[in-house]
Amino acid sequence: MIAFILRRLVQSVIVMLTVALVAFSLFRFVGDPIASMVGQETTLAERAELREALGLNDPFIVQFWSFVARAATGDFGISYRLQQPVMELILSRLPATLELALVSGILAFLFGVGFGVYTALRRGNWLSGSIMTISLIGVSLPTFLIGVLLIWVFAVELQWLPSFGRGDTVYIGDWWRTGLLTESGRASLILPAITLGLYQMTLIMRLVRAEMLEVLRTDYIKFARARGLSNRAVHFGHALKNTLVPVITITGLQMGSIIAFSIITETVFQWPGVGALFIRSVQFVDVPVMAAYLMLIALVFVVINLVVDLLYYAVDPRLRVDRANARH
Amino acid sequence: MTTKRLLRSARTGLVMSTAAAALMLTTVAVDAETLRWARVGDALTMDPHSQNEGPTHTLNHHIYETLVGRAVDGALTPRLATDWGISDDDETVWVFTIREGVKFHDGSDMTVEDVVFSLDRARTTPSGMAALHAAVEEVTAVDDTTVHVRMSGPAPLYVQNLTNTFIMSKAWAEANGVETAPNFAAGEEAYSVRNTNGTGPYMLVERDPEVRTVLQVFEDHWDAAPEVTEIIYTPISEAATRVAALLSGEVDIVQDVPVQDIARLEQTDGIRVVRGPENRNIFFSYDMASDSLASSNAEGNPFASPEVREAMSLVIDRNAIQQVVMRGESQPSAAPLPPFVNGWTEEMHAFGDPDLARAQELMAEAGYGDGFSVQLDCPNDRYLNDEAICQALVGMLARIGVSVDLNAQTRSLHFPLIENWETDFYLLGWGVPTFDSQYVFDFLVHSREGSYGAFNGSRYSNPELDAKIEALATMTDLEERDALIAEIWDEVMEERIFLNVHNQVLAYAMRDDINLDVHPENQPRMTTVTFD
Repeated sequence: MIAFILRRLVQSVIVMLTVALVAFSLFRFVGDPIASMVGQETTLAERAELREALGLNDPFIVQFWSFVARAATGDFGISYRLQQPVMELILSRLPATLELALVSGILAFLFGVGFGVYTALRRGNWLSGSIMTISLIGVSLPTFLIGVLLIWVFAVELQWLPSFGRGDTVYIGDWWRTGLLTESGRASLILPAITLGLYQMTLIMRLVRAEMLEVLRTDYIKFARARGLSNRAVHFGHALKNTLVPVITITGLQMGSIIAFSIITETVFQWPGVGALFIRSVQFVDVPVMAAYLMLIALVFVVINLVVDLLYYAVDPRLRVDRANARH
Repeated sequence: MTTKRLLRSARTGLVMSTAAAALMLTTVAVDAETLRWARVGDALTMDPHSQNEGPTHTLNHHIYETLVGRAVDGALTPRLATDWGISDDDETVWVFTIREGVKFHDGSDMTVEDVVFSLDRARTTPSGMAALHAAVEEVTAVDDTTVHVRMSGPAPLYVQNLTNTFIMSKAWAEANGVETAPNFAAGEEAYSVRNTNGTGPYMLVERDPEVRTVLQVFEDHWDAAPEVTEIIYTPISEAATRVAALLSGEVDIVQDVPVQDIARLEQTDGIRVVRGPENRNIFFSYDMASDSLASSNAEGNPFASPEVREAMSLVIDRNAIQQVVMRGESQPSAAPLPPFVNGWTEEMHAFGDPDLARAQELMAEAGYGDGFSVQLDCPNDRYLNDEAICQALVGMLARIGVSVDLNAQTRSLHFPLIENWETDFYLLGWGVPTFDSQYVFDFLVHSREGSYGAFNGSRYSNPELDAKIEALATMTDLEERDALIAEIWDEVMEERIFLNVHNQVLAYAMRDDINLDVHPENQPRMTTVTFD
């Protein structure tokens, strides 16, 4: 077990380093940060001086090495754009992204499973049909458009919900700022959470539906019915329970992508999370923030994969048996 | 049934009267006016001297103050200096009379020492304002209300450079370790990035970068109290969301209105759009000096030929660009400078209809009757519809056989091309913060040497003209100086160094009971806001 974890940790470090390397080699195509950092009156000599001072003239490998060496000590430098330490900047934006991702993940899961079960059980009725059709639209429309449409309907026309921002926030502890505890914070969360979660919801719904249909055809469901169990016990006690294993796996893995791909949703709703921060940083060629963000996202995926692997190991007895046998 | 209904109506009545009471309360508290203000990006920093950048200055103008201000018509107005002028005894010395009775937000009095300290801080690297004060030799306090700025030579326009140089408290800066502007390379955050102590009409009460900045009126300000007592400033980067926030009533003023939304907003009830010329003109320029062009199949350098440059000026259809690309939101002009800048004339501005036949003749005369190919470099996120303007030009130049390969990319990739002379043909926009032609000449016309010609991507170099441009800096007889400016412009227009397209027009959209004028530097002051 320990050997297994150690091996995975070593692999994780290699993955992180590779991500950093790829990210760094891409930064050279993003442009020159100096152009956005200084005013138009700055002389060419002063520009050259600043470039030298920031180490932008160093060979690629030197820049990469100094980044990794400092990152290892937790120092990601200072943002070129906002002049704040990058780590502090990202940590201050992270709660917004995590809350959004979590809420939209939960919504996607609940509604996905609910709709999935319903459409599997009530095949052919008009409500199932319309749910299936609407979900298809949800998948085919780009996130950006869904966001703008929702803003237009619910913020501009109906004026029920705010169109941008995170509302009022309060601190929990020293640095976790939450919008979940205030009314305007919760209201602000609704539209972005729907926008971000719609695709995942559809995915889960279709997965649950397909799995349910599959399971409902199996023999043990027939036996359960033959035993005279109620529909409720058959559908939820036996059928749904057995469809959830792959669903949970997928949902877990999707959490990573929700966090990573919240960029568009955050931009549309001016949500003050790390995704919006990243986009602004790309426009400004704020290399320290871009590098740290990509490392963070890599870390999120690595950790999720590690956890999933460990869960498999814990949940599936066959894996343990195989390994035990192999050792003999 | 009836009792239930009765009860319900009683309850409604109760709710109504509470609402009415609440309404009365709000009408009583009319003095406190909050203004919610949105624009595309946030100020980069609150430090008064770190960045020479528009949105940063715009926000800081509410918290800090400059010696002289700039009114919406471009004129200089007294601010922390009540009077200024060149010394009678020494034409290299500028004399400023400093306003008395001015307080910083922390309650301390502003003194001439603070002014001297601030000007010194602003002109010392790593300050972003240093280039504007490069000619300053020494700043001294002469008495309690007078500050002398000694220049390296006569500098008749120096005061024009002071409209964005803020005055901060020396004691506060020293107490917080920010005696110099924050250094990018130092790797740590300076106290002044998120904390302020200015003399301005508003105090910073909340600063959440890129999310929300709240300013509250400063009671002890020396000037008349503004109608707006609280400002909530929110950057909203997405254009559609920004407009939606205004339409849904979540913000009161939107500063960066997307061109395509202006007409629709004007027709919306309860929304007012104001327009005005921006201090920025958009033009094309080209490598006029190299022997050949890297991106062209032509023999020699077609742009070196005056006939080719004239032909291009004959096929560009500025009115079409205004109507189609800009949806009417621009001021077409042949003059490569904004109209309120000293040196602008009606003749430079005028342009005729496109003349294809004459243009084709000129191309044939120049030996490029069959045309040539060239790459046009263009930013796609810097100016209003910048990429679309370039696309329009591509079609127009095709009519004289010039086959243009358009390379539109983000600003951080575009501007280094001009800086490093790696582009043959490019689009650039230029603002003139000093409101004087010399600024244009220094950066765009003078040969590239030292602090001159940083954005001279045309490689144009004319020693005679250079000498005239340098002479402008120290001429104190303004009439003579204006004559020389006209002379230089004649030459520049004759040479067709710039193929100007238009001046940008700014539009602000707001709730229709708000009055705010467009500021030519796009730096609206919320102190000037009035309510109907």
